[in-house]
Amino acid sequence: MTTATATRQAEPASPAPRKPKRGLGPGALTAATWIVAILFVFPLIWMVLTAFKTESDAFTDPPKLFFTPTLDQFAGVIDRGFLPYLGNSAFVTVLSTLLVLLLGVPAAYALSLAPVKGTSNALGFFLSTKMLPIVAAIIPLYVISQNVQLLDNVWALVILYTAMNLPLAIWMMRSFFLEVPTEMIEAARVDGASLPTLLYKVILPVVAPGIAATALICVIFSWTEFFYAVNLTAARAGTVPVFLVGFITSEGLYWAQLSAAALLASLPVMIVGWIAQNHLVRGLSMGAVK
Amino acid sequence: MAAVAYAAASRVYPGASAVRAVDRLELSIPDGEFLVLVGPSGSGKSTALRMAAGLEDVDEGAIHIGDRDVTDLPPKDRDIAMVFQSYALYPHMTVADNMGFALRLRGVPKPEIADKVKEAAGLLDLTKYLDRKPKALSGGQRQRVAMGRAIVREPSVFLMDEPLSNLDAKLRVETRANIAKLQQRLGTTTIYVTHDQVEAMTMGDRVAVLKDGVLQQCASPRELYENPANAFVAGFIGSPAMNLGTYRVVDGGARLGELTVPVPRPVLDAASGLDEIVLGVRPESLGLVGAGEDGFELTVDLVEELGADAYLHGTVDGASERIVVRVDGRTPPRIGEKVRVGLRDAGEVHAFHPETSRRLG
Repeated sequence: MTTATATRQAEPASPAPRKPKRGLGPGALTAATWIVAILFVFPLIWMVLTAFKTESDAFTDPPKLFFTPTLDQFAGVIDRGFLPYLGNSAFVTVLSTLLVLLLGVPAAYALSLAPVKGTSNALGFFLSTKMLPIVAAIIPLYVISQNVQLLDNVWALVILYTAMNLPLAIWMMRSFFLEVPTEMIEAARVDGASLPTLLYKVILPVVAPGIAATALICVIFSWTEFFYAVNLTAARAGTVPVFLVGFITSEGLYWAQLSAAALLASLPVMIVGWIAQNHLVRGLSMGAVK
Repeated sequence: MAAVAYAAASRVYPGASAVRAVDRLELSIPDGEFLVLVGPSGSGKSTALRMAAGLEDVDEGAIHIGDRDVTDLPPKDRDIAMVFQSYALYPHMTVADNMGFALRLRGVPKPEIADKVKEAAGLLDLTKYLDRKPKALSGGQRQRVAMGRAIVREPSVFLMDEPLSNLDAKLRVETRANIAKLQQRLGTTTIYVTHDQVEAMTMGDRVAVLKDGVLQQCASPRELYENPANAFVAGFIGSPAMNLGTYRVVDGGARLGELTVPVPRPVLDAASGLDEIVLGVRPESLGLVGAGEDGFELTVDLVEELGADAYLHGTVDGASERIVVRVDGRTPPRIGEKVRVGLRDAGEVHAFHPETSRRLG
C-alpha cells in the first residue's frame, strides 16, 4: 500500500510515457474514406448503369455488370411525355430562384448591414415560417389554390417554392453579408459610393460566392420538391418528381426506364452544382483586410 | 488642402450609462499640418478620427474642414480620404481599380484616372502591381495600395487610422518614414491615429494625447516630452515610460530613498500645503554614480539589454514603485546587484499634483 502510494506520487516527476498513436494510420483512413464514398455513390452508379440497359438486362439475377449499352430507355422516357414535365420543373425552379434572390438580397443586406430596432424579430419571424411541417399546411394551401384557380398551375408552385426557400436564403445570405468587412464598406462610403453603388459594385461581388451557394440550394430544393407538386398539380403543371412516380405502375416496375428518367431528372442539378462549384470554393473576401 | 477644426465635438454612445467616447474635443489643425492622435486603447482617438470622416456621428459641437461646417455631411461630401488599419481594399478589383474607384464614382474621364493612378503608383513603387488583385500582394504592398487610394483623390485631408499596425516591425519603421516624407511632399493636412508613441513622436508636427475621450495635451513632440501637462502624458510619452511615484515633500525637494531630489522653487511654491507630490524622472535622466556621490541605492531585479543601452528595473528600499534606469549597454549590472543611481540633471525632474495630476510649476 505504502509502496503504491509512493510510486503514484513519484509519477508526475518522471516524464509521462508517450501514448501510442491512437486510431488508424493515414492509409487505413484513406481506405475507409473510399469505402464510405463508394457506399454513397454506388446507388447513383447503379442508376446510371441501369439506365443504359435493356429492360431484360436490368432484371437479371445476378445483375449484369457488362452489357451492350442502349439509349432505348431514354427514348422511351421522352415518348412517355417527359419533356413537358422537364419544362415545368425548369420554369418553376429558375423563376422561383430568381424571385428568391431578387427579394432575398435586399432583405439580407438590410438585416445584416443596416440593422434597425426590429431586426432580430424579423429574423425570428422568417425562421418561424419554416417551423410548420408542410403537411400541416397542405389542406389550406390546396383550398386556397383551388379558390384562386391555381390548381395544376405552375405559378402556384413558383409562389410556393419562393416562399419555401426565401427564409432559408435570407438567413444564409445574411451570414455571408455579415462577413463583409465593415471597414471595406466604410472605405467605399468615403470613396463616394451611393447605396446602390455600394451594394452592386462593392458588396455583391464580394458575397457572390455566398449568393451562388444560396442559389444552388434553392435550385436543388425546388427541383427535388415533391410534396407540393404531387398534391397541387396533375397532368398540366406536373414537375419531374411527379413524372418519376408515374413509373410505379400497376403492371410493375420498369427499372431501366425509371433509371433513365431518374438520370435525366438529376442531370440538371448535377450540372448546376458543377458550375457553381468554382464559385463556392473561391475565397469569400480574401485580400480585403489584413 | 484645408484646415480641420473640432469645436467642442463630442460623441456620446447612448445607453443605460451614456459613454462619452469623445468628450468636447477642442482641436484645430492648420492647413498642411501632420497631427497625430495618440492614446491608449479606448481613449477615443479612432472615434475622433471617424467623426472627422463622417463615419461616426457628432452628437455635440461641430467639425469644420476648411471654411465648411461638415458636421452633418456624409463622408463623400467632406473631401477627405481615409486609410484604414485593415487597409479595406476591394478584393475583387485590381490595384489600379482600387486606386481609381473614387475617381470613377466622381465621373472623372478614364484616361485621366489612368494617369493619376499611374502617377500615384510611381510614387508608391506600385507600378508593377497595378494589374494584381489585393490577395496577390504582400502586407506592405497592400498598405501602399491603401495609401495610393487616398493619394489619387487629392483630398484636402488625409485621415489615417493606425495604418501601420498590421506591418512587421522593420517594415513599419520604413513605411513610417515614407508616409512622413510623402505627407511633406504633398503638403496635405493629415490626421493620423496611432497607439504607438514612437510613431507619434517621429511623425507628427504636433501630437494630441487623448485619454478617456478627453484631450490631455496637444503640442509638438519635443514639448510633450519636455513639458508634459499632466502625469498621464508624462507616463504615456517616452519609451520606456517615465518613472512616476508619489514622494514626500521635504525642504528643497522630495525624498527618494536617501536622496533629496531637488525640486525648483516655483514648483515647491505650487506644491505648498502638500505633504507629497508625484515626481517624474525619465529613465534617461538617471544614471549610475560612484559611491559617495548624491544618489540612492537600487536593487536591480530585471535587466533589459537593447544593445546600445540597457534598462535596469529595480526598487528602492522602503518604496513600492519600480524605477527604470538607462545605463550603458556594454557593462550592465547583474540581477540582484545593488547599484547607486543618481540624477544626471536636476532640470529634468517633473512634478505633478498628487490628486489632480496636473503639472506643478
